[in-house]
Formats: sequence, structure tokens, C-alpha cells
Amino acid sequence: MSGHSTYEPKTGIERWLDARLPIVRLGYDSFVDYPTPRNLNYWWTFGGILSLCLASQLITGIILVMHYTPSADHAFASVEHIMRDVNYGWLLRYTHANGASMFFIAVYLHMFRGLYYGSYKPPREVLWILGCVIYLLMMATAFMGYVLPWGQMSFHGAVVITNIIGAIPVIGGPILTWLQGGFAVDNATLNRFFSLHYLLPFMIAGVVILHIWALHVVGQNNPTGIDPKSKHDTLPFTPYATVKDGFAMSVFLILFAVFVFYMPNALGHADNYIEANPLVTPSHIVPEWYFLPFYAILRAVPDKVMGVLAMFGAIGVLFALPWLDTSKVRSMRYRPMAKLYFIILLVVCVILGFCGAKLPDDQVIPGLVTGITPLDNDLNSWVWLSRLATAYYFAYFVVIMPLLGLIETPLPTPETIASPALSHPATTPAGATADAEKKG
Amino acid sequence: MLRKLTLIAAALATLAAASPALASGKAKEHADIAYSFEGPFGKFDQAQLQRGYKVYREVCSACHAMKLLSFRNLGDKGGPFYDKKYGNPNDNPMVKQLATEIQVPDIDTETGDEMTRPAVPADRFPHPYKNDYAARAGNGGALPPDLSVIAKAREGGPEYLAAYLTGYEAPPAGLTVPAGQHYNAYFPGDVSAGWAGDKHHAPPGGFVAMPPQLADGKVTFDDGTKSTAHQQAVDVAAFLMWAAEPKLEERNQMGLAVMVYLILFSGLLYMSYRRVWKNESH
Repeated sequence: MSGHSTYEPKTGIERWLDARLPIVRLGYDSFVDYPTPRNLNYWWTFGGILSLCLASQLITGIILVMHYTPSADHAFASVEHIMRDVNYGWLLRYTHANGASMFFIAVYLHMFRGLYYGSYKPPREVLWILGCVIYLLMMATAFMGYVLPWGQMSFHGAVVITNIIGAIPVIGGPILTWLQGGFAVDNATLNRFFSLHYLLPFMIAGVVILHIWALHVVGQNNPTGIDPKSKHDTLPFTPYATVKDGFAMSVFLILFAVFVFYMPNALGHADNYIEANPLVTPSHIVPEWYFLPFYAILRAVPDKVMGVLAMFGAIGVLFALPWLDTSKVRSMRYRPMAKLYFIILLVVCVILGFCGAKLPDDQVIPGLVTGITPLDNDLNSWVWLSRLATAYYFAYFVVIMPLLGLIETPLPTPETIASPALSHPATTPAGATADAEKKG
Repeated sequence: MLRKLTLIAAALATLAAASPALASGKAKEHADIAYSFEGPFGKFDQAQLQRGYKVYREVCSACHAMKLLSFRNLGDKGGPFYDKKYGNPNDNPMVKQLATEIQVPDIDTETGDEMTRPAVPADRFPHPYKNDYAARAGNGGALPPDLSVIAKAREGGPEYLAAYLTGYEAPPAGLTVPAGQHYNAYFPGDVSAGWAGDKHHAPPGGFVAMPPQLADGKVTFDDGTKSTAHQQAVDVAAFLMWAAEPKLEERNQMGLAVMVYLILFSGLLYMSYRRVWKNESH
């Protein structure tokens, strides 16, 4: 896609086509000859895994649409028709439903990889922002897809989330009406969600092309975070990266298959097997697991509008990250303090996930009543835990990242990618690089 | 590498742990039942499904619909009356017989009047009531839920259902059961409104509109199995699990083939990876 092309058409047909539409050249330059840093570890395989997830979702989704009926009266039964009467319909639906979860597992690992190795830092800002756009589109797609089976959790989840958007000042009201297609979640909502659920994946695919394009312009980051300086630092994409990505994809598929074949409903909620009923509200409305941290942030803020802003801000702050991180060093391998705060961030995100699944007023430590009730909630409650976690989440991006670059003394980085990769860890003089090498 | 896989596994374990954490836990813990369909090699016990169908037909179907099921499903592969001689369940004489025993509503094409006729395998299980209003009127205002996917629509699945069906215990002293309601220790409800004692120590369970239905000897099993209330509950719950997840056996079988294939394929890819990278440091 960029740089000097080494493709040489060998047959007459290839030469003819290359002069008219150099599509074989594009493929060759992008996926065969493309130079990849030789030290990429398994955290770099999630890009390929994500393409696989997107392809799987598109294919299963398009076939599911052939059997699904987007109507408040028939949606639930048509999904059950797919499960019972369509040949391999159960396989299509379980692959699609669990595929969404797998997609998010992969995207979260991909994003944390980028956060740890500084893949958002210059010159990869646009690459990172395009990734954030894909993530936003994925969230919208997943949310609308979850509404389509028209179960209890679909319906009441849609009510809660659309009303959240209605809380936004000035523009919230009109957007709410536009989203719901009326004054409440109903057939009109289901139909427009279905339409958008079909549209957005193709928008994702479009942004993925831009994401890969940007990637091929700036080149891949790598665990050392330093730029390749010579041919010794890189290897051609094929066969080196393709075979490694292929192995990782296959292992990922094993995990995917365990969910699809042996625990297909483990990541879902029992209430979604009850047909939507506007008159009966489930005792505990929870989103899918991949939204739980954001749900916790939403509920952590006592004010509704501020909660909505905090929730969107939690994603918005990612867009600003390239300019919030002031460090000159990309990889946290050489940033001991940043590494510590990064690990805390990981733990905090998992804690937020748990907070999102619990009732806010329930006790974190059973039986303990502190009697201290700031903001009307006992300190020993999930809502207070999520408040603390939310504070750290924002502090990491807005305070810690900008300050750390100024006060931290990074470890020495290697001269070239090849130097630590070629030398045996035991012979590396600076213990730091050898240590980091082991940790990947 | 192994370390990273362990990390990924740990992350997923956290994920999986987050899901059951959603259960509220205000009801009595249901007992574990060793069902034949559990685990990666699980299969339905056909005799148990037949007993379960009989319990549904003779007891539950008086009030509860199963609108997603047709009689032909009973003869589907893995179903209660599957017979490998009849690949098309519509030809299965047992299924035909079971269908004929039930009257379903239809329209007389000669006169246009409403009528009933014996069911054929292609017919859906009929609704016990004409509409939801009639169902509520017949049950003290409560609507008996459809049972087609109930085993997947309740936390705890068939084990919970079995516990619930036999969970009508005598209400503990101090608990006032509202008129037309019944105390069930396994139902995840809230009994604090009828509880005279300490609000923080209200008994587990909830009030349900359905009175206890199963009793020893209420259904006669054709295979000679002793018909205790517990046996009826366990069997009908197994039947409801089949109804909710009829492709479970097919899923497990395909899962085994897929796992074997993927593990071999991953092994091959790993060896290719080692070979390709043999002379390259990284």
C-alpha cells in the first residue's frame, strides 16, 4: 500500500492486469512482501484474529437474516425457528451470538496491547483513532444486535440505553425520538435497529480498510517501541507473520468453539429467553459483559446527565490519548512506573466490569456496614467501588499519563530491534532489556 | 507462550465468573441432579423424555402452552419418540398416535365455522386457553408462562425447575402467605411483605400463584418407573430442557469433531511456525 513495490508480474495476464488495475500488486505489497518487525509477540496476532471475527460475524449474520423476521410480533419466534427448524440454524445463531463476545475479547486485548506498547504514539495517532472509531461502531452494532431477538433483556436494555441518550441536554430528546421511532421502544425501534445492525458492520469493514491502510503507511509498532532501522529488523509478512497469525487464530478458534458447542448461553442472560413484555420489567437489567465497565461508570455518577457524559467520556478520552501521553518512549517495557500504573488500570477495568454486574447498593464485603454514607451510599457498596475505579480510570489518562512522561526516567532502549532479538538474553549487558524480553 | 495462554485463560475465567455473579441468591440453593445430558458428551435419556412428556401432557398442559413445539418435534432426532426407522417424524406412528389424542382448533373449510379436530404431527401443541385474558381469569390473575424455552429462561435451568416443582414447603412460623398464593422456598422472589420477624432474616424463596402440582402416583409411567413427585419433577424438567435445546446432542457431537480438528490443525500450524522461523531470531 505504500513504499517501494517489489512486485514483478510474471505471466502475461498478470502484466496485462497490472497495467490496468494493480490489484495483485496491492495484495502482494500488503500481505506478502510487507516488512514486519521480527520481534512481534503473540499480542500482535489479534489484528488477524479480529479480521477473522468480523468475517465470521458478517457471514453468519447475512445467513441469519435470511430466516429472521424483524417484527415485534414475530422476532422472538423467528429466532427460535432458526434454532429449531433451520438446518444448522443453532450453529449459525450460537456462532453469531458468541462471536460478538469473542470479537470483544479480541478487541480488548488488541487495545490493551496498543496501550502497553504505546502504539498510539506518533506517527500512529490516526491509526489509533481509526481503531477507536471501529470500537465505537462495534459497540453500537453489538447493542443493536442484542435487541433483535426481542427477549426481555433485549427490550428493557434498549429502553435503558435509549433513555440514557435522551438525558443528553438539548440534542438528547430529538435523538431519542429518532432512535426509538416513536415515544417508546416498540416495533419501529426494532426495525430501525435491524436496519442499522445490517449497515454498521459494513461501515466497520470500511474503517478496517482505512485502519489497515494507515497501518501499512506507518508500519507496525513492536514490543521494543523503536522503529526498524534496517532490513535486519524486519521479515516479510509471508510466511513469517502469516504462519504465526494462523497458529494464533486456530488457538483462538478452539476457545470460540468451546463456547459455541459446550456453553453457548454462558455469556448470555436467562431473561433473554423470555419474550419481550413491556409490562414486566426484569428485576435486574444488565447489559452484555463487554459493556459492564461502562455501565458501572454510568451508574457511578449520582447525576444522570453527568453519568452519561462520564460514560461517553470514558471512550472519548481514548481519542485524545496520543496527545495526553507525554513520554518520549513508546513501549512500557522501558517505562517501569508506567507499567505499574498500566497494570492497575487493567485491574480497575476488571473491577468496573464486576461493579457493572452487581446491584449498586449491595455490599462488596458481605455483612460489613461502615455507617459512612457519603452521597447517600454506604462506603461498602458496589457503587462506591465503581466510583473509586472510575476516578482511577480517568486519572490514568488525564493525570498519570501526562505527568509520568515528565517525571519518569525510562530505562535505556536498545539501538535496534535486531540487537536484543539476535543476542541471547543472558549476554545482554543491561539486565533491563533481557528482563523485558522474557515478559514480552 | 504458555504463560500468555495462561493469562488469556485467567481473563476468560474472570469473564465466566462474572455471569453467575448476576444471580440474586435470595432463594434456597437447588440440588444438583446428575442429568444424562450434562457435559461435553451428554445425550438425552429417551425414556426420561417420554416420562417427562407424559407429565407435561397430563399435568402441566392443562394451564401451560408450549407454542414453539409441534407434535412432529417429538419424533425428531434426539427427541422423546425418535425412531430411526422414521427419518421423517411425520411418518412416526407413535407421534401420529400422540397427536391424534389431542384436539386442536381449526376452521371448517366447508362452512367457515370454528371447529376442533384431532391433531396431526405437523400441528403445534394447542394453547390451553383461548387467549391470555382467559388464562389469567382461570388462574387467579396470574398468567401461566409458556414452557417452550423455560429451561433456558431460568437461572439454574432444569435443576432449578425440578427443585421449584417440589419446593412447596410449609411456610415457616411468622410468614403469612397471601390468599391465592403459595410459598415456594426455591422461587427467587421476596417474602418480606408477609414476614413478621426481622426484615434482614426473611426466609428464602417467594410466593407463587401456582399451587403444588406433582404428587406421588399422580402420573403412571409406562416403563414401570416408580412415580414419586420427585421423579415426575426430574423427568419433566429433563423434557423441558429437551424442548428448549432440542439440538443439544447434535451440538455436542459436532463439537467433538470440531475440537479434534482444531487441535490437530493448531498442532500442524505450530510445527509450521517453528519450521518457518527456525533460522530467524525473534
